[in-house]
Amino acid sequence: MIEFKNVSFSYEIDVPVLRDISFTIEKGESVGLIGANGAGKSSLLKVLLGLLPHDGEISVDGILLETKNLPELRRRMGFVLQNSDNQMFMPTVFDDMMFGPLNYGMSREEAERKVDSVLERLELQSLRDKYNHKISGGEKKMASIATVLAMDPEVIIMDEPSASLDPYNRRAVINLIRSLEQTKIIASHDLDMILDTADRVILLSGGRIAADGRCRDILTDRFLLEHNRMELPLRFSESY
Amino acid sequence: MNKIDSAISEFRQMDELASGNSPVHRLEAGIKLAVTVFYIICVVSVDKYRLSMLTMMIFYPLLMFQAAGLSMSGFFYKLRYVLPLVCMVGVFNPLLDTSPMMSFGNVSVSGGMISMLTLMGKGIFCLMASYVLVATTRFDSICAALGRAHVPRVMVTLMLLTYRYVSVMMQEVSVMSEAYALRAPGQKGIHISAWGSFLGQMLLRSMDRAQELYSSMLLRGFDGAFRYASGERAKTRDFVFLTLCLLSFAVMRFVDIPELIGSFFV
Ligand SMILES: Nc1ncnc2c1ncn2[C@@H]1O[C@H](COP(=O)(O)OP(=O)(O)O)[C@@H](O)[C@H]1O
Ligand SMILES: [Mg+2]
Repeated sequence: MIEFKNVSFSYEIDVPVLRDISFTIEKGESVGLIGANGAGKSSLLKVLLGLLPHDGEISVDGILLETKNLPELRRRMGFVLQNSDNQMFMPTVFDDMMFGPLNYGMSREEAERKVDSVLERLELQSLRDKYNHKISGGEKKMASIATVLAMDPEVIIMDEPSASLDPYNRRAVINLIRSLEQTKIIASHDLDMILDTADRVILLSGGRIAADGRCRDILTDRFLLEHNRMELPLRFSESY
Repeated sequence: MNKIDSAISEFRQMDELASGNSPVHRLEAGIKLAVTVFYIICVVSVDKYRLSMLTMMIFYPLLMFQAAGLSMSGFFYKLRYVLPLVCMVGVFNPLLDTSPMMSFGNVSVSGGMISMLTLMGKGIFCLMASYVLVATTRFDSICAALGRAHVPRVMVTLMLLTYRYVSVMMQEVSVMSEAYALRAPGQKGIHISAWGSFLGQMLLRSMDRAQELYSSMLLRGFDGAFRYASGERAKTRDFVFLTLCLLSFAVMRFVDIPELIGSFFV
């Protein structure tokens, strides 16, 4: 369970980026975090991962987010970065997937088994020994999700997972996300993707929560979306 | 592909070379590192007039190139910008040191000539030996070996990050110079008036990316230890290699073999 209580954050003094955010996410929920560019989605995720400081209280499974609990908390959360190039820093996909499990104390054999089982489940065995600089953008995104899954996180956090993917790869990533059973937090302005992957939506606007509710309810509310600088998902817009 | 992109792909190729599989690749990283360091010490400490002694020392890199399946042309190509610099080092010696050292018939060779060749040889041999190390050992294995040799963790982490950072920075430069070129057609390079902002932007952008990259390592449990490379331990094979190398370098360093052989015939 993830709990935010009156959380605020600012990069520069007097320019708040997150203002008084409160919500709870239950285990197994799939939450879409939506909002226009600059609404504060990425910042919120980074605050949750302890990469940025915050005011207020954040807890995960009852453990308070503070420096001494960081290793424990980060272990529970897997973060898929928006730019996969920054995520995949080892020479090959295999090395990258081994990185997390080994750091968390698995033996080499255990980690290798884990990596192979994740690859098999995602049907990505062909990527195993590929060099990170030689795979396509779509493959890289899939591989970066695989590196996170190899750590067995309880919560999967993704920042714009569909950004800069072609329709085919975008669909593949959506199907992959749908198949994950973990608690999911997906930040995106791709509302069509959110519609396919989330049950609940939190709408951020200017660093505040503008709406929080069932995915269908929010994503069909033209007035609410347009008021917050977004558009109805394509499949709901009449002009389409 | 522009110049920078090809530089990036060359840089990345080192990772690929290093993930190969040959007897040299399979040697333990720490042993290779120790042998390389000892080799460089031996080479550098050769007296500047002992060209004959130095010549013998080429055997180590040559053998290693063979055993590792590295190509000589690849080496010269990758180091095409560095090699001229290395060769420049001793280029004034013949002018400064004109005392004759030896003569072949009428032609006398000056001490400066000899010392220039020795210096160039030293530079090239050291580069070759380092290239063998880097092209057959993954960078994180080298870092792990340094860690085991009690080099402070902060320094080793810094090295690893720098290594990753270089390619990130090159990518940013590549993207930005492309964007610049598109808006300044027909212009060669970047106009000097734009250098300040270009450099500033580049630093900011690559710092942002390096920060993300480091976060990604932290989020996956990185705490400065190199677990993913520490699976390997030195085996008997590695120690045999070490002993052989140390012995032969010492012999080559203290016994001038060509001179010794020559003396049998005089
Ligand atoms: N490193 C930074 N320093 C200062 N301001 C930043 C930084 N990163 C983001 N911001 C600002 O914070 C706000 C929220 O950004 P972000 O969380 O990236 O939004 P989103 O992910 O929703 O597009 C934006 O106004 C942005 O300009
Ligand atoms: Mg963002």
